[in-house]
Amino acid sequence: MFAALGLLYLLHNDFWLWSEPRSWLGLPAGLVYHLGYCLAAALLMALVVRRAWPADLPD
Amino acid sequence: MTLAIVLLYLAAVLTVGFLAHRLFRGTGEDYFLATRTIGPFVLLMTLFGTHMTAFSLLGASGEAYHRGIGVFSLMASSSALVAPALFYFLGLPLWAIGKRHGFLTQVQFFRERWGSQTLALALFALLVALLVPYLLIGVLGGGIAFEEITTGRVPRWAGSLLICAIVSAYVTYGGLRSTAWVNTLQTLVFMGLGAATFVVVVRSLGGLGPALARVDPGLLLHGDRIGGAELVSYTLVPLSVGMFPHIFMHWLTARRATAFRLPIVAYPLCIAVVWVPSVLLGVLGSAEVPGLAGSEASSILVRMIRLHAPEALAGLLAAGVLAAVMSSLDSQALSLSTLFTQDVARRLPGLEAMDERRQVLLGRLFVVGVLAACYLLSLVAERSIFRLGVWSFTGFAALVPLPVAALYWRRSTATGALAAVLSVAALWALAFLGGWPAPESWLGRTGVEPVAWMLPVSALAMVAGSLLSRPPEFARVARFFPPEGTAETPAQPR
Repeated sequence: MFAALGLLYLLHNDFWLWSEPRSWLGLPAGLVYHLGYCLAAALLMALVVRRAWPADLPD
Repeated sequence: MTLAIVLLYLAAVLTVGFLAHRLFRGTGEDYFLATRTIGPFVLLMTLFGTHMTAFSLLGASGEAYHRGIGVFSLMASSSALVAPALFYFLGLPLWAIGKRHGFLTQVQFFRERWGSQTLALALFALLVALLVPYLLIGVLGGGIAFEEITTGRVPRWAGSLLICAIVSAYVTYGGLRSTAWVNTLQTLVFMGLGAATFVVVVRSLGGLGPALARVDPGLLLHGDRIGGAELVSYTLVPLSVGMFPHIFMHWLTARRATAFRLPIVAYPLCIAVVWVPSVLLGVLGSAEVPGLAGSEASSILVRMIRLHAPEALAGLLAAGVLAAVMSSLDSQALSLSTLFTQDVARRLPGLEAMDERRQVLLGRLFVVGVLAACYLLSLVAERSIFRLGVWSFTGFAALVPLPVAALYWRRSTATGALAAVLSVAALWALAFLGGWPAPESWLGRTGVEPVAWMLPVSALAMVAGSLLSRPPEFARVARFFPPEGTAETPAQPR
């Protein structure tokens, strides 16, 4: 799970899309990638909350 | 009509703030932390509203006007991962320790964790030095936004004064609970209005596809105006969330640990909702209103609304901008007040036994004082001080080895922490004096942000200072790293 967090952090640097002129879903490709990045971050954090929630926290 | 809508909105803000006061219990913990009773939704809204400033609406569109869609990856999407990760790795354990030991401020936590008053004083001074420019930017930004949106009918000084007066009123009256309730309203307002503005303007332009076809293609490329070194090093800037006193203060207010779940999961989505419309409107504005130079482009959102939306929307947008300004300003002023009351005043001779009522009174006076001082400074400040924002974030981000070491490294010591604080103060002053108007111009104009070298130096200072000093006492470490399954007796720190 935490390795996935590190990987997602690295994936922020999308150099392979820097000169991509095409549109995806009617928006510039670079913007769609980072919109997807936000969604991926939300999904990953939901997994972290579900699977790796600390057990020793006070009520 | 614009002004009438804004005034109606400000009246709504005051009403919500005053309603929250009805739950006030009269204690210091209630004034400064709402007696740790904040639930998941209000926690999400306050954390997000506090973190996002007017820059997210006006500044982001202005940056995108010049630099294109890459601004979203540079300034927004990295926060979408880093901020919630910090809530999980730092916010949750700090909340648990704060609840267990009764801490009200981050300086209290660090003083008790490492047992050093010298460290506490040095940290307090640095936090205040980094936070005051940030407050000043909010006051000044609010005045400028007011002036631009009302096309000069409300001058800058009057707009700033009105914002300071409103924030002073509800923060001094209701403390953190009022701040949290008002922040929830304000965050909903600026999130909703940003999206609504985008839809209305794009419809008026004939749809997104045709509007984008009129834009300079370079602005639609991700890396055309932003360098690789800048993008990579900028991902370290959101680490500042881990050391902002106002974010720390809101972490401590959570009712229970599970209140963190919603902010951790939903934060990235909130960032997308606010920043995507702002960035796209800035990019579209470059074709509609060409030729804006430098910081003039910060007004592109306002200009697009004037061109493509009814006047009522301009009034609502003004309310949204003011919401973004005030939702940061209130928490920053209150966190400074909490730091001053708990970490300075209550440690002065003769004031150690200050009762709850006097703590609240002193906190209120300090909120008014700090906002009054920022207002007066804003009257003589120049627009160029907006550049200070990046420096403020840089300083806080470079301090993040402190909470990391405090929570995850038992061998860390006060000497290491003090070395880290002093290294940040020294490097920050050096870099700031060497080229403050353009942080990216440091390191031979490579685009590398100063945080990229200040943070490793600070971490190294923490490690070296700790290893070269005597290991911490077992009893002190045991207070913060109790064996699993044991609970400590809560103790109220002074």
